[in-house]
Amino acid sequence: MFAATMAAVLVTMILALGRAVLGPTTYDRILGVNMAGTKTVLLIAVLGFLTGRPDFLDLALIYVFLNFIGTLAVLKFIEHGDLARNAGDGE
Amino acid sequence: METIDIASWVVLMLGAIFCVIGGIGLHRLPDFFSRLHGAGITDTLGAGLILFGLMLQAGLTLITVKLVFILAILWLTSPTSTHAIAKAARLAGLEPKLDTSDDASEGAS
Repeated sequence: MFAATMAAVLVTMILALGRAVLGPTTYDRILGVNMAGTKTVLLIAVLGFLTGRPDFLDLALIYVFLNFIGTLAVLKFIEHGDLARNAGDGE
Repeated sequence: METIDIASWVVLMLGAIFCVIGGIGLHRLPDFFSRLHGAGITDTLGAGLILFGLMLQAGLTLITVKLVFILAILWLTSPTSTHAIAKAARLAGLEPKLDTSDDASEGAS
């Protein structure tokens, strides 16, 4: 049961990474990487149950935050070219 | 216990199917703004059903509490990041690909 779920999550990760490699625009690539990060969280959670030691859930929790902050940081860098800039400056 | 096992099976398999559907949608849809729909399916229904199936397996323990936290934070952050990506793409001048075949057929008829 867990192995089948894990296989489905891996297939989804491969499809998302394919979009991240192929994507015609930069935003397609960011979307694919963001989705692969979400699937990493599911993969860690299911892996803990598959090996009978569900102790990796703290790592999954950290991955959610890292994925969110990383996506926003990359978006801000692409939009402004500078991470230290405020949103209201000079617009 | 047997009933909970069967229910957990069904929920996990449904979540896996939704994940694969969203992945195929992300890969096959023609336009950036329609690809956001595929990402939305996996982030809400796929992740929600898989984590709910794991909760049914774990029972009332600390593991279930951690899974509830992961699910709540995932459901808060992933629509926010999807919205941020869509807004950034719109501000950068990316236009949705509109279906113009209806206008063409109306003009022809």
